[in-house]
Order: sequence, then C-alpha cells, then structure tokens
Amino acid sequence: MSFLSDPRWRDAAAHLPDYLGSHVQVSLAALALGLVISLPLAILARNHAVIRGILLGLASVVQTVPGLALLALFYPLLLAIASLTLHWFGFDFSAFGFLPAMLALALYSMLPVLRNTITGLNGVDPALLEAAQGVGMTPRQSLFTVELPLALPVIMAGIRTSAVWVIGTATLSTPIGQTSLGNYIFAGLQTQNWVLVLFGCAASALLALAVDQFLTLIERGLRERKRLRTMLGSVGIAALVAATLIPSMAREPLTYVVGAKTFAEQYVLSALIEQRLQAAGLQASTREGLGSSVIFQALAANNIDVYVDYSGTLWLNQFHRTDMPPRETLLAELKEILAKQDITLLGALGFENAYALVMPRQRADALGIHSITDLAAHAPTLSIAGDYEFFSRPEWTALQKAYGLSFRTQRQMQPDFMYAAVASGDVDVIAGYTSEGRIREYDLETLADPKHAIAPYDAVLLLAPRRAHDAALQEALKPLLERIDIATMREANLRASGSNANSPPAAVALWLWQKIGRQ
Amino acid sequence: MALAPLIAYAHVGKRFAGGHDGERITAVDDVSLDIAAGEFLAIVGASGSGKSTLLRLANRLLDPDSGRVTVEGQDVRDVDPVHLRRRMGYVFQSGGLFPHMRVFDNIAVTPRLLGWPAAEIAARVDELLDLVRLERSLHCDRLPHELSGGQQQRVGVARALAARPRIMLMDEPFGALDPLTRDTLGEEYRALHRSLALTTVMVTHDMTEALLLADRIAVMQAGRVVAQGQPAELSNNNDPYVAELLRTPRRQAERLNALLPGASAQ
Repeated sequence: MSFLSDPRWRDAAAHLPDYLGSHVQVSLAALALGLVISLPLAILARNHAVIRGILLGLASVVQTVPGLALLALFYPLLLAIASLTLHWFGFDFSAFGFLPAMLALALYSMLPVLRNTITGLNGVDPALLEAAQGVGMTPRQSLFTVELPLALPVIMAGIRTSAVWVIGTATLSTPIGQTSLGNYIFAGLQTQNWVLVLFGCAASALLALAVDQFLTLIERGLRERKRLRTMLGSVGIAALVAATLIPSMAREPLTYVVGAKTFAEQYVLSALIEQRLQAAGLQASTREGLGSSVIFQALAANNIDVYVDYSGTLWLNQFHRTDMPPRETLLAELKEILAKQDITLLGALGFENAYALVMPRQRADALGIHSITDLAAHAPTLSIAGDYEFFSRPEWTALQKAYGLSFRTQRQMQPDFMYAAVASGDVDVIAGYTSEGRIREYDLETLADPKHAIAPYDAVLLLAPRRAHDAALQEALKPLLERIDIATMREANLRASGSNANSPPAAVALWLWQKIGRQ
Repeated sequence: MALAPLIAYAHVGKRFAGGHDGERITAVDDVSLDIAAGEFLAIVGASGSGKSTLLRLANRLLDPDSGRVTVEGQDVRDVDPVHLRRRMGYVFQSGGLFPHMRVFDNIAVTPRLLGWPAAEIAARVDELLDLVRLERSLHCDRLPHELSGGQQQRVGVARALAARPRIMLMDEPFGALDPLTRDTLGEEYRALHRSLALTTVMVTHDMTEALLLADRIAVMQAGRVVAQGQPAELSNNNDPYVAELLRTPRRQAERLNALLPGASAQ
C-alpha cells in the first residue's frame, strides 16, 4: 500500500469540514477580539511612556506562558467566573470549548499588534504630524487620516504575525474542548497515527499561510489604492468565515456528546459508546482529546454527556482523598460522592487501567524480580521513566513510602515511547499503564504490588447530571458494563496503536464490540 | 500705517524645556511685532534664533508663556486653535505633503475638513493647480514622491491657499529647492500674494530672498527682534548683526554687476 493510497487519508479528510471550520472560527474570533482590544490600547498608550511600558511588559509576559498552559488556565478561570455570575446574577455560561479557547488566544494575539501599532505610530515623521495640525486637523482627524494610514504597513505586519501565531496555537485548544485541527494532532500522537499528525500540521500551516496572504492582499490594496486587491483579500477572509458557518449550522444540537481524554484507549472507548448509542437510535457525537481535569468539569457542567474515567484518578485527583480503601469499597464510596454532584456512576467496564511498574519479562526473570518488593533491592542501580505527571502523583509518593524505592535516575517521557524504551533497555523500569497493548507485544511484565500502594483504576462510565434519569441512554450503555476484561482491552489498545486500515478508533471499537457482544 | 494690524505680537515670550540641568531655553524673548493687512513680512535669522517659534505662535501650533498674540483683532487664546488654523494657510519646509495622499487629496484637505461640497472642492483644486502652474491632468492623481521638489512645493502652496485664507504663514518654504526653482517660485508667490491680497509672514534664513520678496523684514537674533523695516531702512540700521546679514547680498550684487555689465539696468 503506497503512502498516498493509505485509507487513513480519507478518514482524516472526512473530519476536515468540522475541524477546519471550528479552527477558523475560534482563530478568527480570537484575532478579531485581540484587535478590538489591542488597537485602541496601542493608540491610547503611544504617547505615554509608562502606560506603554506596562502594556508591552504585560503582553510579553503573556507571550512567555506556553500556549498549552495559557489555554488550560482559562478553563478553571472561566469556571470560577461562571459560578460567580450564577451566584450573583442568576446565569452562567459554558466555560468549556469555544469561550476559554477564544479568550486565551485573543490574549496571545495581543503582543505583536500592540508592539507594531505603537512602533508604527511613533515612527510617523513629526513634520507630518505638525503639517496635519497646521492644515487644521483635530488630533482625531490626524490619527485617522494621517497617522494610521502611514503606520498601516507596520501595523499589518503585526496583525499578520499574530494571525499566524493564533492559528498555530489554536491547535492546542483541543484539550479544553474546542474542536480544532489539533484534534488530528492529538489523536494522531496518541494512536501513533502519523498520517493524522501530518494531516493536522499541514492543514493548520496551509490555513496560516492562506490567512497571511489574504491579509497581505488587503494591506497592499489599501496602501496602493488597488480596490481589486483589497476586495480579493476581504473576499478570501469572508469565504473562510462563511465556510466555517456551514458545519456549525449542519451540526445537530440535540445529540449525546461522548467525551474522550487524550489517549488511545479513550478514543476507542468513546467510539464504542458513540456506536452503541447510534445503534440504539440515539444521535451521538464525540468530543475528543480533552484534558484530564477539563473532562470531569465538562461533564459536571453538562457540556458532555458521558465518558469513561478511572476510579483512582477521580479518587486521588478529583476528590483529593488520601485513604486507600479496597477496590470494591472505593467504587461504592466514589459512587456516593459523585451522586452528591448529580453525576451518575453507571458502572465499571470490567478492566483496570492502573499505573504499574513494568519491565521486560526476561530481564525480570533474570534478576528474580516479580514484585515491587523484589524491585526495591535492585532499584539503586536501575533507571525509571514515567509519563509527565507520574512523578508528581500521589502514587509515586505512596510507592516510595511503601517499598522504600530509590532509583539511580528518573526521567519523564511521552507515554507512547516508554514501552519501546524499556523493551530496548534504554531505561530499566517504566511506570506504565496496565491496559497498554504493548505490554503484551513487547513481552513486558507488570510487577505485583503486594502492599497495594497503587490505587485501583477501574474504568467506569460517568453520566452528566442532565442524563441522570435518561433511561434510553442507560439502556444503550448497559451491555458494556463488566464486559471488557484486561486482555481484551490490551488487544484493542494494541490494534489502535497500529498503523493500518484496522487501526482507526472506530474500527477498533467495532472489533471490540464483536468480541464482547458475543460473549 | 492707518489700518489696525492683522497680526500683532505684544511682548511675547516662549521658553522650552530641554537645556542641560533642566534649564529652560528662551526661544522668543519679549517680541512685539505688528503685521499689517496686505503686508509681506519676512522674518530673517540664523537657525535657533526663534523665527520659526514666532511663526508657530501665530496659529497656535505653540502657545506663548507671556504676552499675547492677536489675529484680526482677537486674542488667539480665545479662538479654537483648529478653527484658527483652518482660516490661515501654512506652507511647511520642503512641502510637508502627506505622502500617502494624491496631489488632489493633499490640496483638498482643508476644504474637506471645512465640509465643502465635493463639486466645489474639485473646482477649487483645478483652480489652484492652474494658479500654481501645475498641469491638472498630469499631476492631480500623482503621489508626492512622484513629483520634483519644486512641484511638491507648488502643491504645498496650493494646499495652503485652498480654503481661501487671508493670511499665509510660510516656514522656509523655498529653502530646500535649487536656486533657479527657488527664484521662480518666489517670484510667482509674490505675484499671488499681490493678486489675492494676502497677508504673508515668511520665515527664512536667506537675507537675499527676504530682500527680493518681502515688503518689510524683521531680523531676529537669540529670540529678540533686533531690527525691522523696509529694505532701505535696514540698510541704514547700524546694528552690527544686521550689517553682517546685509553684507552677503551687497557683495553678491556688486560681483554680479561687475560680471554681468548692464544687468543692473534691467
């Protein structure tokens, strides 16, 4: 099969209207908002050194915050504001998706516009300012007929820079629930589908280039008084905007939204849920690539209707519990806590996706390591790798405390690369996930945890408050409960991380259903 | 002179911040000067003598620290500066044209600010282009950088005249031009000054130009008017600085008379 005839291209292209449309929508809205704020600010600040310094300083600080973090910060911020407005004024708004993404991106877009507008205006020849005054212009007339037109090339350069930044950074708005071209990239990275990653990168790069070109046309048209150019550029931008409105108009508003976090298993399970709901005659769509804490808040706020979470994650991260009751007790108690927030814990799927310390079976046999107790003796000569959060999670603290673990080195890694790294001996031990398909593929061993330091991570189905009494939904989901064992889930995850026609999440979900539906 | 002055400076002083040690620099020092209606006054002085500052005080591009300036009998402080400027023409050094506007739009700028109807503006621009001897069809749609220095200054004069002011303020208007163009433009402007019954105040550092164009000359040195009068009166003035300023044109005239016999007869 050649690279271009790969069926995944077609799969990727099918999502393009939705992803591209949402991407353009959020980018252009952010850019417009950024302009509306920063242009007047720059104009006001241009003659006041102190205000100018403060503004540029603030904008630069914003710029140093990584895009992903800035986007992520806006979500809890808006949640807090929404709860305040609900409390004070009796209304709230969705802090999920479009709004936080647009606000964060607008903030991100401000620096180049502020800086270039101030530079451009201050660069106008003082003799011309005097001439404008001398022919009888008011300061306002001078600004609009002389200063702004003369500063236009510099200002437009700033706008173009910020357009390119915003369009690029908007790919990072996927985890806070804003559909974007980043959906390709996040899904592709998680399922090792490089076609998707490439597709997402190329699409956002092309979009950025196109918008840049349209803006250049508008600028040159304005400067050289060529109406045709200005029109072409404006028509281009307008066409992009119009194109974005089509999918959002076509989108069914009354569907069940299935959430998924940012890893392959979640993509497969959300596809499975979507398929089951559709099979039951319900309209369903997925919202993929949501951040781990965002997704729970989104459910609580009814922005999504159903998703799969893990008992230990909720216990430790959401409710900050430090006690560690046995598996069944924890589940029962969790169900009660969730019920207080009107969230329904419908039941467990049957497998656990827990953290586990993992090493190659051969190596483990050779060293006689089969549990973490055995490992502790060898740890000072070994290296360990974990995902980005593992070493700051309570599990790691608990493990160190329970077994007195101390490794020679510890490093953080992209989860997808950990398994290959430990199989090849680059690291000795990894903190992997028990449902990971590559554990079987690479013949790895998950070490036993006799002291139960690691929390149980049962996969559980959660329903949004507004679906608490939705019998149709619950009926459609019941056949999934207690049906997926760890071996099946591992195999499904392995399939999803492959790179062939059977590996898109929807295809794996079909396979999974065939497997468990016949039991 | 029987008529009340059109522009009058009475004990006007102006200082700027910016000397070292936060000292303020005196640009104009207790100047009293009257300009009669229909008069062509040249203010002559070295750079830094305060002549441009004095000019800017007339249309409130600057406000005096002391004394008062009256235009048409009114204290300029009681007049809205924007309206004041719209009824006085101002010609800037090397044109001061707006580089992003066509010749037409540059000339039309003040009439537009005054809200003239479009047809009237178009007719006025045509009239002015004829007046400053620019070809309508050739120059109307050009941008300033497509014109020669002399053409730019013609547009500058046309722009200043556009709203039919009685008063023209000119800040070294012909200073940046080559001698031939400068001479032609000066003569042409002088003709316009007469035919349109303008009152003109022109700042220049060139005594020859001042002598050839102006009815009356005020000489400034270090913020003060050290002498004023018609060329013949200045010639009798015994201020050493005035004598020094007159030395160059005198010597040039003698040299030219010697080199071009018969020239003086013309």
